[in-house]
Amino acid sequence: MDNLLSVITFMPLVAAVILAVFLRGDDEASQRSAKWLALLATSLTFLLSIFVYTGFDPANTGFQFVEERDWLLGLKYKMGVDGISVTFMLLTTFLMPLVIASCWDVKTRVKDYMIAFLLLETLMLGVFCALDLILFYLFFEAGLIPMFLIIGIWGGVNRIYASFKFFLYTLLGSVLMLVAMIAMYMDAGTTDIPTLLSHTFASESFSVAGVTVVGGLQTLMFLAFFASFAVKMPMWPVHTWLPDAHVQAPTAGSVVLAAILLKMGGYGFLRFSLPMFPVGTEVLANYVLWLSAIAIIYTSLVALVQSDMKKLIAYSSVAHMGYVTMGIFAANQQGVDGAIFQMISHGFISGALFLCVGVIYDRMHTREIDAYGGLVNRMPAYALIFMFFTMANVGLPGTSGFVGEFLTLMGVFQVNTWVAMFATTGVILSAAYGLWLYRRVVMGDLIKESLRSITDMTSREKAIFAPLIFMTILLGVYPALVLDLIGPSVEALVSNYDTALLDSGVTTAVAGH
Amino acid sequence: MIQADLNIVLPEVILAVFAMVALMGGVYTTKDKAAPLVLWATSLVFVLLAAWIGFNGEGANAAFGGAFMDDGFSRFAKVTILLSAAAILLLSQDFMTRHGLFRFEYPILVALSVVGMMMMVSAGDLMALYMGLELQSLALYVVASLRRDSAKSTEAGLKYFVLGALSSGMLLYGASLVYGYAGTTLFAGIYSTVHAGDISLGLLFGLVFVVAGLAFKVSAAPFHMWTPDVYEGSPTPITAFFATAPKVAAMGLFARVVHDAFGGAVADWSQIVAFLSIVSIFLGAIAAIGQRDIKRLMAYSSIAHMGFALMGLAAGTAEGVQAMLIYMAIYVTMNIGTFAFILSMEKDGEPVTDIDALQNYSKKEPMRALAMLVLMFSLAGIPPMVGFFGKFYVLKAAVDADMAWLAIAGVVGSVIGAFYYLRVIYYMYFGEERDALNGSMPMVNWMFLVGAAAVMLLGVINLFGIEGLALTAAGALVN
Repeated sequence: MDNLLSVITFMPLVAAVILAVFLRGDDEASQRSAKWLALLATSLTFLLSIFVYTGFDPANTGFQFVEERDWLLGLKYKMGVDGISVTFMLLTTFLMPLVIASCWDVKTRVKDYMIAFLLLETLMLGVFCALDLILFYLFFEAGLIPMFLIIGIWGGVNRIYASFKFFLYTLLGSVLMLVAMIAMYMDAGTTDIPTLLSHTFASESFSVAGVTVVGGLQTLMFLAFFASFAVKMPMWPVHTWLPDAHVQAPTAGSVVLAAILLKMGGYGFLRFSLPMFPVGTEVLANYVLWLSAIAIIYTSLVALVQSDMKKLIAYSSVAHMGYVTMGIFAANQQGVDGAIFQMISHGFISGALFLCVGVIYDRMHTREIDAYGGLVNRMPAYALIFMFFTMANVGLPGTSGFVGEFLTLMGVFQVNTWVAMFATTGVILSAAYGLWLYRRVVMGDLIKESLRSITDMTSREKAIFAPLIFMTILLGVYPALVLDLIGPSVEALVSNYDTALLDSGVTTAVAGH
Repeated sequence: MIQADLNIVLPEVILAVFAMVALMGGVYTTKDKAAPLVLWATSLVFVLLAAWIGFNGEGANAAFGGAFMDDGFSRFAKVTILLSAAAILLLSQDFMTRHGLFRFEYPILVALSVVGMMMMVSAGDLMALYMGLELQSLALYVVASLRRDSAKSTEAGLKYFVLGALSSGMLLYGASLVYGYAGTTLFAGIYSTVHAGDISLGLLFGLVFVVAGLAFKVSAAPFHMWTPDVYEGSPTPITAFFATAPKVAAMGLFARVVHDAFGGAVADWSQIVAFLSIVSIFLGAIAAIGQRDIKRLMAYSSIAHMGFALMGLAAGTAEGVQAMLIYMAIYVTMNIGTFAFILSMEKDGEPVTDIDALQNYSKKEPMRALAMLVLMFSLAGIPPMVGFFGKFYVLKAAVDADMAWLAIAGVVGSVIGAFYYLRVIYYMYFGEERDALNGSMPMVNWMFLVGAAAVMLLGVINLFGIEGLALTAAGALVN
């Protein structure tokens, strides 16, 4: 199939349109068919994406499955994947059926809920497959709409504030990127990403209002893109929308947000910032590394004192994303490999943790840690699963969490030893807040009256966790599964980056080793 | 000779004659009972003329010694004006009938103002410019106060008239200065004077006054003060009309003056236009935050949108004019859809304009709410709605003309503006249960609402080919 990627990307959209147009009524039966259709569409998308996986040649570092059509204004509708984007695409298609299955108990506006998630999947897949700047932007920004509605309609008590903050915060970040994209279009005369990857943007220093901009245009563009991706990631200190959004979002929304939407930021850094503005990256990489170290320590400490489970895991997400930015901006093979691996692994683990919270939230309708305690007595299966993912989140060897953290730390160590040292303390802190949370919620005696009748997980819930556990262990003991896929692409990325720096004559600013 | 000239202005002549005949017919026969007939006939004439101009026009023809230009640019603008005016007329029938405002003069006045608008976008001379402008404005002053027994409506009409007269005065003063220093009222003559060398101080002065007068007509800040009051006070169909066709005409005239007459001094006016653009975007975005009345909200929204259209003009290039035209076409479509909805906001037969009344509207009318959702996101400029592409084109034109600062300020303003569009969605989708609206929606309005929303979504494929048309139009204007 020549247009496999388009089929995969737009399959959920087609399902959403079918739901919107043909499904009438809001009774039990139509709710059920909405859910089944959504599950079917996302599963089918996943099955199709396996063809991409099998047909993908990791040794080829170029873009594969490329399709191209003319669009408006000299823009192109161009799709394609390389080793980096194919992993994210697979992560998305893998997780979406689980997300749909996890909202089986939703009762309000089920049809709309399913449509929102299906739309969101199309837009997320589009982000990872787009090979045209503006097409990328279109998918990137349009993703805000369904997420805004998901938080706003199905969210918690304070959902209005959270949805507005989420929308406006991320919109402000991305519009600056839009201006930079237009400037790139002017400079290179094309919006074709493969062409732009080999285009060298001006990096001569110039001064604006008396301030010398080292790295010139590249630095400015880097900053514009950084504004967008750092908010999306999110990096300290622009992370504040995330805890609000997570806490108010429904469980499935949180899962998608943590597991996939955040990864768009990391993907953006790897697709645009590093290869297109190597000089700008080099000029600012050290600052980003320190920001990441601060993020890891600061947000871990903040996570320690949270009384809301979801907020705790949200802050833990920010901390883990700190490892990702750190690895990316170490700009060496281990660092970038580790960052991608960490993102994939975090997709499974944080998704699972939010599902874990969802399981007890569905039963007790509170996320307060104080409302729980001693759940192990009534919910042994839940205790086991929750423990597994807490450990994976901490980075226990044998789970995928370990590999990502280890590789990023190794990558950073070669570049900036101090940052690596501070970041490593984050591992200890993550153990502290993770285990303490687990102790307070699961361990001890069951003394709370309200918990006496709580029931253990249903088989549907267990079935959702099974693939996540499988993937976490599989990637933990056999990381080559991902690393072989991304390796050659990352290698090309890093060597192009180094060559570009040599050509531009910029001395390595972060040569801390 | 006169034969050839008349051939070129034939569409305007036909429309003017039609208006006269309809007026006479109405007066001497059944008066207001003929109103629906007149309305449908006027819309039909609009659409036929639009088709005629759109499919038949070719090349650039000058009539009356260059005072009237018929070229690609004017044709693009005229088709947009005629079609949007026809749409608004059709939308207004139901509202006008039910509120006892349906006089047969209404469509005729609209037709007369459309004649003025067609003259405006074809003006090739300061005299023609002023004639077109006044013909348009006079008709608009009258329709603004169509509801004679309402204090608000008469206030709106009076306010519009006084401030409009003031701006006309400014424009006229500027025009007389330009005439004095250029020695001619013909745009082509002014163009060659300005082109010849440095622009003289007197001409510059004249230019500033003319631009100020025009900025009033497009309701760009800081000449926007009349907009919210007139929008609020006028009957809603009239507000809808104000928000669409006259805006296109005024922008078209603006582009004509600055490019046809002052095309040689781009640097001199582009900074003024850039200033107007930024101030409008920010004012439109910030002032609307506190508004609860959806008509006032749309007024501020239109100020912000005019800011974006002016951004394209500020670029001073053919690309900028193309972007402006595309922006206006998209803007008009979005407004027709939105006003189709606002016209149906009623409770127990009384029009409601408080956005609070939209609480939880999506539960009751999912389809209409969804269409409004699409339109609101499109007005906010969020992809993949077509509104985004409008913004994309003007931003690109600005960056292309080395005005990246303008583009950055514009996008920041658009983020602030996104807030109040989101609030409308918030009321409709996240609001609490309440039965604030119970009006039914006539079929015509429903079609325009859903149609506009569908255009916003499907336009992402190729913008319905408008891009190429706008390019030709811009090429005809900028040389």
